[in-house]
Amino acid sequence: MKQLIYTISFLILSHSAISAQQTPGAAQTETFSIVGATAHIGNGTVLENSVIIVENGKIQGINANGTPKGTVINAKGKHVYPGFITANSSLGLIEVNAVRASNDANEIGGIIPHVRSLIAYNAESKVVESMRPNGVLVAQISPKGGRISGTSSIVQLDAWNWEDAAIKINDGIHLNWPNPFARGRWWLGEDPTLKLNTNYTKQIEELNTFIKDSKAYLKGPKHIKNIPFEAMKGLYDGSQKLFLNVNSEKGIIDAIAFAKHNAISNLVIIGGYEAYKVVDVLKENNIPVLIDQTHRLPNSSDDDYDLPYRFPKLLMDAGILVGIHTGAVSNFQTRNLPFYAGTAAREGLSKEDALKLITSNTAKILGIDKQLGTLEVGKAATLFISEGDALDMRTNKLTHAYINGRSVSLETHQTELWKRYSNKYKTQQ
Amino acid sequence: MIKKYIFAIILLCTYTISAQEYFPKNDGVKSKNTNYTAFTNAKIYVTPTQVIKKGTLLIKDGKVAATGPSVKIPSNAVVVNLEGKSIYPSFIDVYSKFGVKSPQRQSNNGRPQYDASREGFYWNDHIMPEQNAVDKFSFDNKTAKDLKKAGFGLVNTHVQDGVVRGTGALIALTNKGGDAERILDGRSGQYLSLSKSVTSAQVYPSSIMGTTALLRQMYHDADWYAKGNTTGKDRSLEALIANQNLVQIIEAGNKLNDVRVDNVGDEFGIQYVIVGGGDEYERLSEIKATNATYILPVNFPKAYDVENTFLANALSIADMKEWNQKAYNPKALADNNIPFAFTTHQLKSPTELKENILKAINYGLDKTKALEALTTMPAKILGKQDLIGVLKNGAFANFLITSGDIFDKETTLYENWVKGDKTLIESMDVKDIRGNYSSTINAVTYQIEITGSISSPNVKVKSGANTIGAKLTYADSWVNLVLTSPEASKKEFIRLSSRVTDADNLKGKATLPNGKETSFIAKKTSKSDSKKEKKDKDNTKPNMLPVTYPNTAYGFNSLPKQETMLFKNATVWTGEAEGILKNTDVLIKNGKIEAIGKNLNTKKAKIIDATGKHLTAGIIDEHSHIATSSVNESGHNSTAEVSIEDAVDPDDIDIYRNLAGGVTSIQILHGSANPIGGRSAIIKLKWGESAKNLIYKNSPKFIKFALGENVKQSNWGDNQTIRFPQSRMGVEQVFVDYFTRAKHYEALKKSGQPYRKDTEMEVLVEILNGERFISCHSYVQSEINMLMKVAEQFNFKINTFTHILEGYKVADKMKAHGVGGSTFSDWWAYKFEVNDAIPYNAAIMHNAGITVAINSDDAEMSRRLNQEAAKTVKYGGVNEVDAWKFVTLNPAKLLHLDDRVGSIKIGKDADVVLWTDHPMSIYAKAEKTIIEGAVYFDLQRDTQLRANMKAEKTMLLKMMLQDKNKGLKTQPIKALEKKQLHCDSE
Repeated sequence: MKQLIYTISFLILSHSAISAQQTPGAAQTETFSIVGATAHIGNGTVLENSVIIVENGKIQGINANGTPKGTVINAKGKHVYPGFITANSSLGLIEVNAVRASNDANEIGGIIPHVRSLIAYNAESKVVESMRPNGVLVAQISPKGGRISGTSSIVQLDAWNWEDAAIKINDGIHLNWPNPFARGRWWLGEDPTLKLNTNYTKQIEELNTFIKDSKAYLKGPKHIKNIPFEAMKGLYDGSQKLFLNVNSEKGIIDAIAFAKHNAISNLVIIGGYEAYKVVDVLKENNIPVLIDQTHRLPNSSDDDYDLPYRFPKLLMDAGILVGIHTGAVSNFQTRNLPFYAGTAAREGLSKEDALKLITSNTAKILGIDKQLGTLEVGKAATLFISEGDALDMRTNKLTHAYINGRSVSLETHQTELWKRYSNKYKTQQ
Repeated sequence: MIKKYIFAIILLCTYTISAQEYFPKNDGVKSKNTNYTAFTNAKIYVTPTQVIKKGTLLIKDGKVAATGPSVKIPSNAVVVNLEGKSIYPSFIDVYSKFGVKSPQRQSNNGRPQYDASREGFYWNDHIMPEQNAVDKFSFDNKTAKDLKKAGFGLVNTHVQDGVVRGTGALIALTNKGGDAERILDGRSGQYLSLSKSVTSAQVYPSSIMGTTALLRQMYHDADWYAKGNTTGKDRSLEALIANQNLVQIIEAGNKLNDVRVDNVGDEFGIQYVIVGGGDEYERLSEIKATNATYILPVNFPKAYDVENTFLANALSIADMKEWNQKAYNPKALADNNIPFAFTTHQLKSPTELKENILKAINYGLDKTKALEALTTMPAKILGKQDLIGVLKNGAFANFLITSGDIFDKETTLYENWVKGDKTLIESMDVKDIRGNYSSTINAVTYQIEITGSISSPNVKVKSGANTIGAKLTYADSWVNLVLTSPEASKKEFIRLSSRVTDADNLKGKATLPNGKETSFIAKKTSKSDSKKEKKDKDNTKPNMLPVTYPNTAYGFNSLPKQETMLFKNATVWTGEAEGILKNTDVLIKNGKIEAIGKNLNTKKAKIIDATGKHLTAGIIDEHSHIATSSVNESGHNSTAEVSIEDAVDPDDIDIYRNLAGGVTSIQILHGSANPIGGRSAIIKLKWGESAKNLIYKNSPKFIKFALGENVKQSNWGDNQTIRFPQSRMGVEQVFVDYFTRAKHYEALKKSGQPYRKDTEMEVLVEILNGERFISCHSYVQSEINMLMKVAEQFNFKINTFTHILEGYKVADKMKAHGVGGSTFSDWWAYKFEVNDAIPYNAAIMHNAGITVAINSDDAEMSRRLNQEAAKTVKYGGVNEVDAWKFVTLNPAKLLHLDDRVGSIKIGKDADVVLWTDHPMSIYAKAEKTIIEGAVYFDLQRDTQLRANMKAEKTMLLKMMLQDKNKGLKTQPIKALEKKQLHCDSE
């Protein structure tokens, strides 16, 4: 038996030697400059023939035709982008969708704001490392289950462990708004047509009660700790945001009224399928929207075939702060984030505006825009170099990527297999 | 005690009534009533088309003795004078479950059941031709009452459960004589459906194509059994054989299934009578081509409650149009000479029949056709056209007596006679007291208005300008009227009662609030005129929206036509040796690519300026599951007998969405629920065409195979552990077993000896002979290698590995075998077996010389396959010309269609797409998608269709609100009446 265990562990070891996770990049020690590239600032502007100076993990200078400092990386004809940021992702929480043992994205309990995604985040996930070659370098990791799902955190995607990865710990609380509508269960012989959800008011009332209770608790002596109530504190003192998953027109209006009623000011709408129908309300209340990935089917057979492609433009034109989240896709698809933005540009948004959807806008919405989201002096040197337009799959080809000035690996489990088998056939020839 | 005794006597009496002539009689003498009954001076519908304006119907012993304008009335006849009234043959419901209890659903323990639970019957529990409705029949008095009220005299009932349901029974709704008199035919037809029995959890069939395949195999097996080739006893097949000469009535339930079941019937020389879904008007030419007689439910949808804006927004145009158009279905069928009968099936109560028939008539259905659909047509279906549904001599005396036109809203049905037995619905002798009266009681003058129906009229009373609370009852020639006192605050009442006589005035006694009695006279001043007003309101002609192709969102008013088109100055991606040609013209004509070159000119072509645009061949998706009613038949581990061609759904909105993404052809593959799946349907996305017209002519034959987690049910839940195979080891043996048997089957067939025709084996033999190609769902290298070895063992080749995510690991072996790879661009990590899937797979296989395609397997991805092809440029550096072939020419090659489609080459089908930009750019849109020279998608037209739909929806919502508001107007009045009643009863 011992012998067998030994053999197995040996096999595992030797296997992992072939396909190990990539080693996180070491902290920046030397100053370097990226020279000659078209710099896509992330705020809607472009700087041609740029010189970007990176020092101590930060952007120390960015100028057209400036003087480089330190090691020069020649990027003539190439493009530099701020690292792409995805919101509401399950990266590192689920490794293989169909394998239950590898799924840590949902907890039971209904109202569980105290549940925290960060500590379950697997920094060594093979799916996480596959983000980097496409330019996705930062992610908000959120729990998904129940009514109040728990607390999210924001991480960078090249780390030894979750502590190492954390950019902003416990940044927000995630809430799944009740559906105002319900359909009968046709398989039980019920009428399948859409009806008002008769439990809707009750479900909202449960939320109101919880909020009231937690507020009362927080004002009190707290002799006996209440863990869920404690977890709500940041929402009331303004240090956390409320990420509210809601799609219908009615739901969005009700949800905003709910937040106002409970004096919750930092509200973000996630999903927002019908947000384009309530832009006035959103604007009046200054509420940003993180819409679903553009690569999705319309909800209804009558909707325009390209409606999901057009959401970013519809909202941006109306003056709403909008980003794209990836909470509705499988983890592995999160690497297509740049193309979700590119598809928005197909619908008439300028490419630089489309870029905002996954850089500066998302940074603002997540409250990390002081350090991330644009190529501006003083911000983290979390950026990458692509041979071409990074929003188009034909030309999204990364040569270098940096997180806080650390050069990160663009190799993955997948590139290793690619090379291994390409070489196999080369030697056969 | 005495009561009980009397009751028992009554029971005995009724029992003796039902006794037949050879039954002994112990409670009296055995005399028989041999009188005639003669109905004179009536308008008589002998048949819907043979009408006697004023004549006599003479009946005796439950049958029609004579009908005619001048019938000699025997002296021993009871004569009923029906002056001004009409006689119709009573209605027949040919599709009913009357008196036959539907079986209860069996709860199962969550474990799947693959085998039959019965012994000595067919191998599938859902085939129950041995059932006989008559064995389970028990007369249902309550429903019979409702049916007779609705005008029915006969119902043809059956057990509404299972795919084959056995024989039905024709029941006369008479109270006289018991079941001996009621059961006119205990084997009136055989019933079938596409729904499984609730009494068995046997999984097969789990899909529409499985059900049609099951029916086919059942007929083959019955043939084999009938020829005496089976040693065992099969009571199901024996019954099926015994029932084969009966009329075969099958419930299909919608326009697509109507055609599907008819196709099954055609193969076996059976013309089914089809119970439709009422949506046949959407596909009239296909329905007409079935040559079937239809049985139509008349459950026309009610207007939706659209007062809640949010709910209203969720309504689809298809649902709204269904409300607007469905009542048009009978007229549409009648206009196209498609015969049909009506049924109360799907109605909550038979009493809803009339309003719905009237609605259909309002939509233009001819009244004669309506009457035929309720009388002669069901009689014809049952092969009894001389006996029922008519009032000819010798026919059953099943008829209705009405006040007039039976399809007039105001007409009263007085009596419903079944086999000479009368059921009174409303008395003909009730005097019509409706009208306006004036009466002075206790020095107050009242204006009394009596309206409503003759037998239960309503009343409104006024005194001067004041409305007086009033309630009227009218029964047994007595009128009782309660009035509130003119001083309403007093809550006092005046009660009037009057015996109705032949005179017009009402005369009787009034009891005043103080208890004093006095006589009163209510003088009739005029007849009521409310009737006319009402009639005008209901007769508003329907505003029907046009039926589109398909009749859903983005349907066309008329099908796109082939055009001659000249694209000028395009960047042409030929997909051939010429590569990409700049500033080039392409002419398409007669649905084909006619010419490619510079400065082409033709006078007749429509010129399309393609400057700055790109023209490519249409995208072909090797692996799609859109446009089908079902994907998997998961009931067996091999289902080669099923075909997606039996399930194609031409109305799927994803067809239109795919067109908007430049897709023109797809292979609809069976799912991956089993190692040997079903056959494919390879279609062109001709939005608006019928299912049949979507399918390629002379389509190459394909079948889906599958390997790995799905076929071994790894992710189906813990209960799914009993179907073989549960491991990859078992998967190999499934193939070896089936192909071994297929070889034996073919050998036997070729030997000339008798063999049982087995569809599944026939299909597998096609594979062995290279006539049918396999597209196999596959992930890991071990299983990919295995299947190639199995194929080689049986001397055939695998055509395509689809998904093939570890194809890059065995690319050399695949190349040697000669199989193609149709893969995802970048999917992985969704289940255990795709852990080593890499986006470089296509590039590696391509570099190894394999024909590679990028497919979707997904309705969302399929409309962006141009982008998915572009990913192979990113991952693995495939050059753009080759990458584009991954979604055009290469899938065409894999599907053996490259001689027809897949590239821009003279002589090939004109399946082309005009793109606004480089076709693999994320910024590109398909501007026009053309199939065989007809434009099926056009950006500009799409904008127009959106605007049209918006306008139609606004109009329909308005109409629904109007429909609702009719009710709203009457709603408060109803509430007021209730109050009065409450007031009276205090």
